[in-house]
Amino acid sequence: MKKRKERIDRGIKVRSRDIFALCSWREMLYLAAPRLLPVVVCLALPLFLGVYWQKVLLSVAVFALLAISWDILAQTGMVSLGQALFFGIGAYFAGALNHYFGLSPFITIPAATILGGLVSTLLLLPVLRLRGIYFSMVTLIIPLMLVRVIEATKVFGGTEGLSGMTPLPSRWLELYLILGGLLLVLFGFRRMMNSDYGLVLKGINDNDRSVINAGINIYWFKIQALFIGGAIGAFAGAFMTHVYMFVGMPVFALDYSILPIAAAVVGGPGTLAGATFGAFLLVPLSEALRGFGGLRIVLYGVFLVVFIVALPEGMFHYIQRKYHQFERWVEVEND
Amino acid sequence: MLIGTTIYALINTAILALMAIGFNLTFGISGIANFAYGAVYILAAYGVWMLLTLFQLPYPVAVLAAVGVNLLLGALIYRFVLLRIRGQALSEVIATFGIGLAILELFRYLGLVGFEYHLPVFVDKSFVIAGTYVDFQRIAIVVFSAVLILGLWFFTHHTAIGLAFRGIAQDERTALTFGIDSNKMATLSMAMGAALAALAAVFIIPLGSISPGEGYDVLIKALAVCIIGGLGSTGGVIAASFIVGFAERFTDTYIGSHWTMIVSLAAILVVLTVKPSGLFGNQKELEERI
Repeated sequence: MKKRKERIDRGIKVRSRDIFALCSWREMLYLAAPRLLPVVVCLALPLFLGVYWQKVLLSVAVFALLAISWDILAQTGMVSLGQALFFGIGAYFAGALNHYFGLSPFITIPAATILGGLVSTLLLLPVLRLRGIYFSMVTLIIPLMLVRVIEATKVFGGTEGLSGMTPLPSRWLELYLILGGLLLVLFGFRRMMNSDYGLVLKGINDNDRSVINAGINIYWFKIQALFIGGAIGAFAGAFMTHVYMFVGMPVFALDYSILPIAAAVVGGPGTLAGATFGAFLLVPLSEALRGFGGLRIVLYGVFLVVFIVALPEGMFHYIQRKYHQFERWVEVEND
Repeated sequence: MLIGTTIYALINTAILALMAIGFNLTFGISGIANFAYGAVYILAAYGVWMLLTLFQLPYPVAVLAAVGVNLLLGALIYRFVLLRIRGQALSEVIATFGIGLAILELFRYLGLVGFEYHLPVFVDKSFVIAGTYVDFQRIAIVVFSAVLILGLWFFTHHTAIGLAFRGIAQDERTALTFGIDSNKMATLSMAMGAALAALAAVFIIPLGSISPGEGYDVLIKALAVCIIGGLGSTGGVIAASFIVGFAERFTDTYIGSHWTMIVSLAAILVVLTVKPSGLFGNQKELEERI
């Protein structure tokens, strides 16, 4: 007797599909809970944490932003292996503006976000036509190249880096700035990816030639996606510069490239929420494993392989499915 | 100085070709960009080192064992990881990158870094060629690269497996109708790519010492050479090795050692921008790739 798994939408999902959701609190909660959860977590969690875990939460938010930026690019068909590029460019912009011109963080962070997005777009402009792994290879190479350029030309303090940046006025402001930024980016760009504009971006990933065929200039859309992804990464970098009060060659380190990919893959690519969820999972885990030192990166590598092979949809899709549907085994009638 | 630089540039060319040939073989046949390539290279080096120092095995035995282990490892990576995500190029890249990362960072974690981790040269002698000192190891590398490339050419043109490789590379479906098992060939190509990495490590590592960082460098260099030459084309690998090899040595001598990596990386960017399929690349036309 062969059996197969059948998935059926939960009653509550069907009931809350349209305006009738307003009939009961249960249905409304069912719809609102997944959206409210990240907001509540981001806004309330800092109040209950000690100083150390607040710092961890801070880096969770930073890596979540990088993972979201990776996911937006990946959804547009550009898989980047070097998120450190965006992070590093933003960090150096903020650092340089603060160090050489003495601008306050409230000017350098927005400026670095925009400039960083622009510069990383310009850097990747020549390779925009590349698809698939060719694009990935270039993104892997450019951060390494920038490190060597900084080392060779000794700009921006060379190997020493720049230090003594102005910190943000208070710890709380720091924390809520990045968490607020994360929520804004998460919900804003999720909305964008579900709009017609996002549909074009996803179309480029699915079949770029048919998007061209529809009379859409895919390069212009790819440029916009690159700017969006680059600006998000640059914001994270610029923010971290003011938190560490230092910017140097480590901003191009492999960590900033690998962890976001790992977070997006573990969390579930294709929904920005998955990337955020992955960061909330992996960064505290890596913090807990701090005692193991370099073994953390080994674990990321293993996570990447296991999830790509065994659960390519990621945790988020899995949880989402369980939330909306129930499963049962049924007999296969005629085989 | 010019002659000396030219000689060392030639040697550098041979080193680059040797590093890239395994990566190129795997990609040429099965279309898998093996980002764990640098890691298996380093794994073989550490393997030989362990067998030599811890188990006191004779050198040839240690080398053979390491090559064998890599053959097996390449096949296992294909069988248990890549087979399940076959055809999704980006998942393949992320998975192999993850494997490479895990191996290299494990070695870094174990703290196997330092000058005592090195392999012995084959013969400790050096010669004077046109007024330049060249040691035996470097000559061995040049000779071995040439022999290896000729051997691979012979292998892919005159043996059954080699012809099957080329068949799969040219047109997978037509090859299937001839009874060539594409999974078997892809497994073999991964295994051979990893084994070639082991051979490259045995020849090249004695010039320096073993370190996990070297693994990333090897991957970048193999990528550089393959991208510039055109992924999957052997002629392209040779041509690109010459370009990068000469460019690196000459910048090292006349501009400064800081700039060598930048020159090769810049070369990749230029080639990718102007001609994404590489100098000799024929990925688009799906012609002969090995």
